[in-house]
Amino acid sequence: MNKKSTWAKIKGWSLFLPVMSIILVMAVNIIHDIAVGANPFSFFMITLRQTTGNGTILYGRIIDILNRGSEVAILAIGMTLVVSSSSGTDISVGSVMSLCASFCCMLLAGYGVSSTTTLAVPLIVGLLAGILLGVVCGMFNGTLVAYFGIQPMVATLILFSAARAIGLLLCNDLIVYVRNDSFGIFGGFCGVIPTPVIIAAICILVIAILLKKTALGMYIQSVGINSKASRIAGLNSKRIIFMTYLLCGLFAGIAGIVASSRITSADSNNIGLYFEMDAILAVALGGNSLGGGKFNLAGSIIGAYTIQAITTTLYALGVSSTQAPVFKAIIVILIVAIQAPPLKAYLKHRSNAKQLRGGAA
Amino acid sequence: MKKVSKMNGHTILLLITIGLFIVLFAGGCIAYGNKGFTHLQTFLNILITNSGLICVTCGLTVVMLTAGIDISVGALIAMDCMILATGMRAGMNAIVMVLIVLAIGIAFGLFQGFLVGYLEIQPFIVTMAGMFFCRGMTAVICTEQVSITEQTSRLFYAWANAKINIPFGGYVNSKGKYQIPYIRPSVVIALLLLAVTFFMLRRTKLGRSFYAIGGNAVSAAMMGLNVKKIKLKAYMLSSIFCSIGAICYCLNTMAGSVSQALGLEMDAISSAVIGGTLLTGGVGNVIGSFFGVLINGTISSIVKTNGKLASSWPNILTAALLFLFIVIQSVFAMLRSRKK
Repeated sequence: MNKKSTWAKIKGWSLFLPVMSIILVMAVNIIHDIAVGANPFSFFMITLRQTTGNGTILYGRIIDILNRGSEVAILAIGMTLVVSSSSGTDISVGSVMSLCASFCCMLLAGYGVSSTTTLAVPLIVGLLAGILLGVVCGMFNGTLVAYFGIQPMVATLILFSAARAIGLLLCNDLIVYVRNDSFGIFGGFCGVIPTPVIIAAICILVIAILLKKTALGMYIQSVGINSKASRIAGLNSKRIIFMTYLLCGLFAGIAGIVASSRITSADSNNIGLYFEMDAILAVALGGNSLGGGKFNLAGSIIGAYTIQAITTTLYALGVSSTQAPVFKAIIVILIVAIQAPPLKAYLKHRSNAKQLRGGAA
Repeated sequence: MKKVSKMNGHTILLLITIGLFIVLFAGGCIAYGNKGFTHLQTFLNILITNSGLICVTCGLTVVMLTAGIDISVGALIAMDCMILATGMRAGMNAIVMVLIVLAIGIAFGLFQGFLVGYLEIQPFIVTMAGMFFCRGMTAVICTEQVSITEQTSRLFYAWANAKINIPFGGYVNSKGKYQIPYIRPSVVIALLLLAVTFFMLRRTKLGRSFYAIGGNAVSAAMMGLNVKKIKLKAYMLSSIFCSIGAICYCLNTMAGSVSQALGLEMDAISSAVIGGTLLTGGVGNVIGSFFGVLINGTISSIVKTNGKLASSWPNILTAALLFLFIVIQSVFAMLRSRKK
């Protein structure tokens, strides 16, 4: 009896689903390693490796997942807050990423220059301008959603289609290369650790402290659960919704800079493509309802890394990058179907009936 | 009295959409009259290029009426086109392939509709997974572009090149040759589908149920409607219409490739929104969506006729229009709520 209650406690834990899915992905990796005759724990191995470009760096599949998943993790923070406060999704983040990257690289290289090794303006100006543009985009979305009362998806659809196009205009329809070491560091390595991991960790830490130490997190949840009641209770619902969109834009800007620094260029057509989907997926995989209200930031971040782990695993299994979405889709449907309330109710009904029959016999 | 004023609000939005289309088109005629924009064929070309999008938007409008969303449509078109192209390359009959594509549309819609209606998963997540699935499946079938030529299927080739002449509006082109304006069979399919959807939404029990569950699912259920089943039907219709749209699309492009119809779902959604359909459900009209598609088509046609503007301008202009429209919509909504 006692054992069962522990199981129930684990099942009731808010992070049960995200943690279970990441464990499942790891299990697949281990089984695959055993099947090909490699060390079963090669998935977890982290080694120091000498490279020609970056000096000594940490190397391993986990490091790779943490590194590549940084952008989605950064986006997932903002997306979680947006979903929670406005019960809608911000589908513009991928395009805004691309716009911020284009703007930053355009400033660093100068307008119309397609490749450069020297910076036209100081690095910090380009970075801040890129991030600031993200904030402006967030404010635009936030104004439409909070003050005009437009459904989040429609409001962010505007920037979804416009931001990438504006980015292309800024770059004069070119791919702008900024081949400068000081710019490349944000997507490269800082000492032995990949810089994107550090940036993601800082973002997560700052937001976690903000949510823990102030009442912001509670305000956001209360607005998400019932914005009218929150307003009557004295909260400025509109401003809180506006702020979550602003934060989402800020994180999109940061993610955009990381993504463009990783390839030391602004490829407006491809940076952040489908990242909004991954970010929304991360929120859903983290056990958060897309209907708003209560949220669990840790879940979203685990969800983001789960997505990256799935992708990396699929590549390791030899699935090509264009075919990988099929498996991603199947996994997503399985995970959300398990969570679906009607299915849960049906299973509960079944087990109750079984118990009753057992009791009678 | 109240009902009349509410009806007026929506009619005004529809009139604004139609008016905007006329203004845009007239503007194009004035600016580019010397480049042949005034010919009837320019308008017919907009219809021909967007015939697939018209079908998709009809289906999407139905889903949006039930307060749902279907973002899998673009990827489904890519998958359908790829199946058509590879099937015909393998020597299958065009009619068989068309039937197979329609059957896939039904099966796909049934699955999505089941997940949304009966398992109550959010439509956005379900159709997003559907999008990933279709896009990936297209790559699984074939990673490179497959063209349909006269050799692969004579019948399909004949369909694609059939011209239906229009008896009026002819003109003499720059080479001094008399041109008869024409449309393609895909336009006929799209307009028929539009008429069927319009009639279904206005006159049939099913059509009215879509409005009912979009307006308020709880009261619709209390009225005795089977909300789950109706939702399933809405997603099924969307996927079937999308498959019909895929056939129209394939008749235009005559090829299947992984990157086909990329972002088409967002074009369809923006067309429907410009046409006055609300994503919250219960409000909308396929005629509005049709004009939304025409507005999108006119913008890209103007940019193409100009020839000097960067390729990203249609996107920016459509987004600006979308911005204008939703602000007008929200102002209308605010005025209405103030009246109450």
